[in-house]
Amino acid sequence: MKLPIFLDNHSTTPMDPRVLEAMLPYFVEKFGNAASRNHAFGWAAEEAVEEARKRIAKLIKADAKEIVFTSGATESDNLALKGVLEMYKEKGTHIITSSTEHRAVLDTAKSLEAKGLATVTYLPVDKFGMVNPQDVQNAITDKTILISVMLANNEIGTINPIAEIGKIAKAKGILFHCDATQGVGKIPVDVQAMGIDLMSFTSHKIYGPKGVGALYVRKRNPRVRIAPQMDGGGHERGMRSGTLPVPLIVGFGKACELCEQEMPAETARLTKMRDRLQAEIMSALEESYLNGHPTNRLPGNLNISFAYVEGESLLMGMKDIALSSGSACTSATLEPSYVLRALGVGTELAHSSIRFGLGRFNTDDEIDYTIKKVIEIVTKLREMSPLYEMAKEGVDLKSVQWAAH
Amino acid sequence: MAYSDKVVDHFNNPRNMGSFKKDEDGVGTGMVGAPECGDVMKLQIKVQNDTIVDAKFKTFGCGSAIASSSLATEWLKGKTIEEAQQIKNTDIVQELNLPPVKIHCSVLAEDAIKAALADYQKKSDGDASGTK
Repeated sequence: MKLPIFLDNHSTTPMDPRVLEAMLPYFVEKFGNAASRNHAFGWAAEEAVEEARKRIAKLIKADAKEIVFTSGATESDNLALKGVLEMYKEKGTHIITSSTEHRAVLDTAKSLEAKGLATVTYLPVDKFGMVNPQDVQNAITDKTILISVMLANNEIGTINPIAEIGKIAKAKGILFHCDATQGVGKIPVDVQAMGIDLMSFTSHKIYGPKGVGALYVRKRNPRVRIAPQMDGGGHERGMRSGTLPVPLIVGFGKACELCEQEMPAETARLTKMRDRLQAEIMSALEESYLNGHPTNRLPGNLNISFAYVEGESLLMGMKDIALSSGSACTSATLEPSYVLRALGVGTELAHSSIRFGLGRFNTDDEIDYTIKKVIEIVTKLREMSPLYEMAKEGVDLKSVQWAAH
Repeated sequence: MAYSDKVVDHFNNPRNMGSFKKDEDGVGTGMVGAPECGDVMKLQIKVQNDTIVDAKFKTFGCGSAIASSSLATEWLKGKTIEEAQQIKNTDIVQELNLPPVKIHCSVLAEDAIKAALADYQKKSDGDASGTK
């Protein structure tokens, strides 16, 4: 076993060597511009791009023509929301989304609001982080043009009832965008069965290269149109101009193909490892709380709050394991996780949360090591915690008058 | 963000971690911060003849908060009450090389020192009529 261990596979994933191998010819040897229609260099590049497009579409049960390449999921989210709002502004300007979306959706919605281009409803989630389809139904007005709900949450892994929301959207003739960044390649996705009209996803979360992503844009029933947010050579059916990054796209295609082939076995393997990690940590440490849905969540996700210890210090004590925390001290905003807060997790427990993200290259040995380390450091830091001491003495921490600072 | 070697050292080998009994003679206790803010420090001093002979801490917080309070206990030992009052958060920032986002940890440590000293003085003033 090699240290450090990478257990932060929601942030990004290591590239699969098979993906790299597929990409290599497209840097030096087959370097052509896929838009060059008049020579062999261009043809070779175009052929590779179209092959990748097919593989990507197949993973989500779409048609290859419905795949628009972008730089990643953030761009896809921006393009979906801004592109739809601009294209259909005569029809309506109301967006329905959820409070636990990724910032790429939330901040795009807020930016549209701030510019006076949209009004936005941010739906609450239940204590497991799930959007209630009935809430979506109730939020619809005659001005609603777009519903945007994520497939699986990046912090807690909770999977939303996308097909039900898709059905509601379809019945009302409202476009449905799904940020599926964390779900594609991990769980089965079927844009037909789920009633999705636009879907964002990215390559680097599924063992492909960074810098390339896609927006699925439905072509039939209905034919969805979006206003381009970048002007130029009219690539990608006019929806996203810019020379295609051929090697990245080839890698993205290979990554999708591998995910499709290996998903059943990989899901079983990850779920087993994750469940063991969860069971052994939580049975050894009192007052550890699972964040997210107990069963309906991504196979590789585990998010736990350890009462009385602060997240950043936990990470610091486990330097040889790469993890992430909902603690304010680890965020750019110095606020604890808004996702955990939306579930109703108290601020102090949000500060105490650790996210484990298991992936393709993690091994049982690494999980053993992690279990041992987590138990060690939580125990050590609780010994150091005045809150733990008070709780052991029977002091009700909620009754203490704290001087907030 | 990388931590300074000194922060890492205090975090891995905390000095004077633990507690005195609050009602013990000559003990002053300061507790500052709030759980919802992500840091709470408890700092205690034991005073004999106006000199701090021992100090202990317990901290809920990030590595820099733990290091700041650990360092504070080290500095407090051997100081008179008067000298202890002079410890400034900026001294802690300098010693631990804290980055701007962690300055509040040093402020909290200074607050904890002040609170422990004030608690000691309150207690000893209360006792004064009986002992002098």
